[in-house]
Amino acid sequence: MLSLHQNKKIISPVITTLFVGLLSTFSFGATPEQRGLEIAIEVDKRDNGFNDNTSTLEMILGNKYGESTTRIMRTKTLEQEDDGDKSQITFDNPRDVKGTSFLSFTHKVGSDDQWLYLPGLKRVKRISSSNKSGPFMGSEFAFEDISSQEVEKYTYKYLKEEKLMGRDTYLLERDPVDPKSGYTKQNVWIDKERYIALKIDFYDRKSSLLKTLTIGDYNQYLDKFWRANKWEMVNHQTGKTTLLNYSNWNFRTGLKDKNFTKNSLKRSR
Amino acid sequence: MYSFANEITGYVGFEGRGFIDKPLYSNQKDNSLSTSINLEYFHDFEEVNESIVASIFARKDSSADGRDHIDISELYWWKAYENFELYIGARKVFWGVTETSHLVDVINSSDSVENVDGEDKLGQPMISLLYEQDWGTVELFALLGFREPTYLGAKDRLRSELLVDKDSTSYESSQEEKHIDFAVRYSHVLGDMDLGLIYFNGTSRNATYSKISVNNEDILQAHYNQVQIFGGDFQLTKGDFLWKLEATHSKPRSDSSYYSQVGGFEYTFVGLADSNADLGIFAEYQYDERDYAFGQNDLAIGTRFVLNDTQSTEFLAAITQDLDNKTKFISVEASRRLTDTWSIESELRIFSTVGSDDSLYELREDDYLQVVLKRYF
Repeated sequence: MLSLHQNKKIISPVITTLFVGLLSTFSFGATPEQRGLEIAIEVDKRDNGFNDNTSTLEMILGNKYGESTTRIMRTKTLEQEDDGDKSQITFDNPRDVKGTSFLSFTHKVGSDDQWLYLPGLKRVKRISSSNKSGPFMGSEFAFEDISSQEVEKYTYKYLKEEKLMGRDTYLLERDPVDPKSGYTKQNVWIDKERYIALKIDFYDRKSSLLKTLTIGDYNQYLDKFWRANKWEMVNHQTGKTTLLNYSNWNFRTGLKDKNFTKNSLKRSR
Repeated sequence: MYSFANEITGYVGFEGRGFIDKPLYSNQKDNSLSTSINLEYFHDFEEVNESIVASIFARKDSSADGRDHIDISELYWWKAYENFELYIGARKVFWGVTETSHLVDVINSSDSVENVDGEDKLGQPMISLLYEQDWGTVELFALLGFREPTYLGAKDRLRSELLVDKDSTSYESSQEEKHIDFAVRYSHVLGDMDLGLIYFNGTSRNATYSKISVNNEDILQAHYNQVQIFGGDFQLTKGDFLWKLEATHSKPRSDSSYYSQVGGFEYTFVGLADSNADLGIFAEYQYDERDYAFGQNDLAIGTRFVLNDTQSTEFLAAITQDLDNKTKFISVEASRRLTDTWSIESELRIFSTVGSDDSLYELREDDYLQVVLKRYF
């Protein structure tokens, strides 16, 4: 018994190593690019099937002097079978933009479709989505940071495994496919167990570190889908910060395509 | 679930206008102060497929003349049924895509005393049905009577030499302002393209004016024709370019028909010089078959500068040049949020080298700078 136990102790790391080695050649691509893509696909796959969700969002913009302003908005998202999500954001605060709504159809390939509803004029305007690198509502989040993250929008490279805030993560580099992106690359830390992003470093067009996004306070819904309540973006070059606080998550609320049209946009308040 | 109810929102606006030139008429002032209020209320019923919306607008001006008014901009009931949506009541409906002229925006009458740009409208009573399908959206409108546009008074700046006398207003239809108008719109999104087709049959929202004498005083009589309008609007969104076109063919019942169009592009330099700011440039050509019309052969060029900062600071400047004479119309607008509840908007309008044969001639001494402070609640 004793010897057996001793044997086991010696043998087990060998077996583990062999097993892990087999597993990596079996389930992960041979090249860092393939392995990176596989992790990104797994992240996407695990979030498939949520159908739709709604949430409330508080956005706190801070400058380097410690002053802050708050915006409040409501979001709804509808998953699409073979394309990127449809989503709508409606503003409640600041008051001058109350009722202003933003409708976006994300596409896996090609530019997204976007419309803006201006309640004062009762006017829906189709807007160009080529401003993806521009700030969303004066925040440190660019349009491309808040839009639906489709696998096809980046190329990937697996870098290494790393401990982050006590959790095991995969560190990936992903490079935006669209030349209109404001970034040359992003480093993404993916939680190994849950396949969710915990942190992203954004590198600007000159390849210097621009922003860091830390994503936390994740909760699981319907025993499957992880949603984070805290998104904190720090701009290293300006010292400005933006904190997103999500709340009131609802899943499978029965939203349909007809709730994401120019017509429904006009009725958003 | 998805919106607030039983809440009154809106704003109070404090407006100051300073006119650069001396007024043409002795009863007009060099400047004006004005207060406006806008109140909005809505209530969503349980299933979010039924709601009531109400909004009211009122203005009180220091000249205490034509600009003082109250309008029920919206007061309607909406319900979504299985296959269609129904609206009953007063609404504002905007149609169109272009920036410098709004040809297909034919549903509501102008609240002309608000601004020279004609973008302010009066609530239109209606019953309308909306039917949305994969192949497009069809909207049918029965417009229950005509809201006569507001007219400036003797003490107001930006008025015509002769005043419009509301009591003399005439209509082609024997039912006068009670004539029920009909309109239909088909609209669809096809990838990069947003398109719309419209048909309108009823009381024209634009008057023809004639000089008449009432009690030995010359006044302008507004006459509202019956008209049919066939029109379309189109926008192509391609990268940093927006291409826009609006065109209408109008057929007055007892006058010759005419064609009008406005079209052009807007191009945006995103993230100008590695900043957060966007700089847009746009150009639109306006054409109208009628010699006397606004925009009968005019070119408008302009720029939009958006800082994308926390205060949403924006500038919009445009110059409209009449290609047949020297008339220029210059407009500069700027806006910025001050706090969560206060914002400031300003505009400068210049009517330059206006030829005496031009429709803007009456406004030749009315260049002005306007500042509006708005308190939202």
